[in-house]
Amino acid sequence: MSTIEIALPQVRKATVGISLRKIVYRSAAIVGLLAVWELAPRLGLVDSTFLPPFSDVMVAWWQLLADGQLLDNTLASLGRSLTGFGLAVVTAVPLGLLIGWYKPVAELLGPLLEVFRNTAALALLPVFVLLLGIGETSKISIVLYACVWPILLNTISAVRTVDPTLLKLARSLDLPPIRLFQKVILPAAAPTVFTGIRLAGAVSILVLVAAEMVGAKAGLGYLVNAAQFNFAIPQMYAGIVTISVIGVVFNQLLVALERRFTSWRRDQLS
Amino acid sequence: MIGLRAVTKDFGDFTALAGVDLDVAAGEFVVIVGPSGCGKSTLLDLLAGLTAPTSGQLLLHGKPINGPGLDRGIVFQQYALLPWRTALGNVEFGLEATGVPRRERTERAREFLDLVGLTGFEQRHPHELSGGMRQRVAIARSLAYDPEVLLMDEPFAALDAQTRESLQDELLRIWERTGKTIVFITHGIDEAVYLGQKVAVLTSRPGRVKRTVQIDLGNRAEVRDLRSSEKFAHYRHEIWELLHDEVARAQRLEVAR
Ligand SMILES: Nc1ncnc2c1ncn2[C@@H]1O[C@H](COP(=O)(O)OP(=O)(O)OP(=O)(O)O)[C@@H](O)[C@H]1O
Ligand SMILES: [Mg+2]
Repeated sequence: MSTIEIALPQVRKATVGISLRKIVYRSAAIVGLLAVWELAPRLGLVDSTFLPPFSDVMVAWWQLLADGQLLDNTLASLGRSLTGFGLAVVTAVPLGLLIGWYKPVAELLGPLLEVFRNTAALALLPVFVLLLGIGETSKISIVLYACVWPILLNTISAVRTVDPTLLKLARSLDLPPIRLFQKVILPAAAPTVFTGIRLAGAVSILVLVAAEMVGAKAGLGYLVNAAQFNFAIPQMYAGIVTISVIGVVFNQLLVALERRFTSWRRDQLS
Repeated sequence: MIGLRAVTKDFGDFTALAGVDLDVAAGEFVVIVGPSGCGKSTLLDLLAGLTAPTSGQLLLHGKPINGPGLDRGIVFQQYALLPWRTALGNVEFGLEATGVPRRERTERAREFLDLVGLTGFEQRHPHELSGGMRQRVAIARSLAYDPEVLLMDEPFAALDAQTRESLQDELLRIWERTGKTIVFITHGIDEAVYLGQKVAVLTSRPGRVKRTVQIDLGNRAEVRDLRSSEKFAHYRHEIWELLHDEVARAQRLEVAR
């Protein structure tokens, strides 16, 4: 029994049968935004040179897709984001569990972690460039750096806030430390750890795009920046829209994953 | 079977228990009552082996208690159920600790959920159960791995009166059926008289045993409403008298602090 135990997912009727009405209702605001975007430049409310109508942006998006630029840049960005994010997950989760478990270590490192967390990753971008150059290593490193903090801090606090009566129960059953960890600490900490992972997911894209704008030859951040430089405004917006969509999709994936593993908690909180 | 000899427990320079003496025979149902903060939970932790006494001795079968063990099962006031496990999974949790093979675990867990009247609720998670049902799961869990002694810390305190009374009856039924030794902590006088064969009244801070009262309510099956019988009223009053002074003293201490 070396598996980490986590509650089995439950299929719930409510989530399966989302009504059409709900979908329409929930997308109303976005449709509204797109309508304004389309109409405002056409009616001359804004200068269409700086904000072309949404349909023009879509045409540019289609062209970028057709000539392969979009795919290349998206893959470049996703590769960096996911590598940095993945590395952050596999290092920060175990590290957080360890730090959270050893109380003196948590207290010793607590203030230091606060300082690092509150130092915006982008403020350190020049340092990364200085030390690692402008290649892939420095981009992945800055994503890794930015993703580590939310995961690490959430994991530490998850372990430290495990219900003390559960720990008492485990102790009264004379559970060995490994079993205690596997059967009590890990499942109890899972929801909070996932929250950290989800935050890191959002951070990974935000930070990467910014990093790509500073010095890169590929990536969505580069695409947006280069388009702006060449005054290809519809292409610039096409890049921005792509980044937004990727961000939303990534977040939804992580939310779905989080739900699967913490279904026991959902109804409890609502 | 259980013996406490001048058990004292200090927290720093604060004395929670000062010389507790108590004997519990095998199969006996002993209730400990005392005012809030007199050290009841501290005493239970000592019996469970979760903490060590500052001085004095706790004996189980004549041997000192020096750590937690599966010969004692604890039922906590806050249920202490694992929220990510079902009722069945929670009962199995205790069995996993004892190394019962997997298939037998499920079987045993079902059996004990049945004993506490929870057949049909095996697959519910704690948040899908009422407070009374949760405590039943906790009781089933501690019974399932078959400890000799059941240690219960105000297990019914958070429940409404009706649920509490029905769980009290159920506990008595289980006790008669299984012959366990039970040490039950409460601050309710009625609960103490109703459940206990012997009631130990603790003094307020620091706690020690003020008096133990043997309870004999006659044959339970013969009396229809035990709680309004004359004998019950007599014991109730006796313990009330003993506790009354202590509660008053505890309040004075509270003000003085
Ligand atoms: N770990 C601890 N450190 C310091 N003081 C403690 C500790 N545990 C308990 N105490 C103190 O010891 C006293 C007895 O506590 P205990 O929890 O045993 O009381 P109790 O009789 O169970 O009270 P209640 O009826 O409210 O549950 C209290 O005054 C409490 O503040
Ligand atoms: Mg208590």
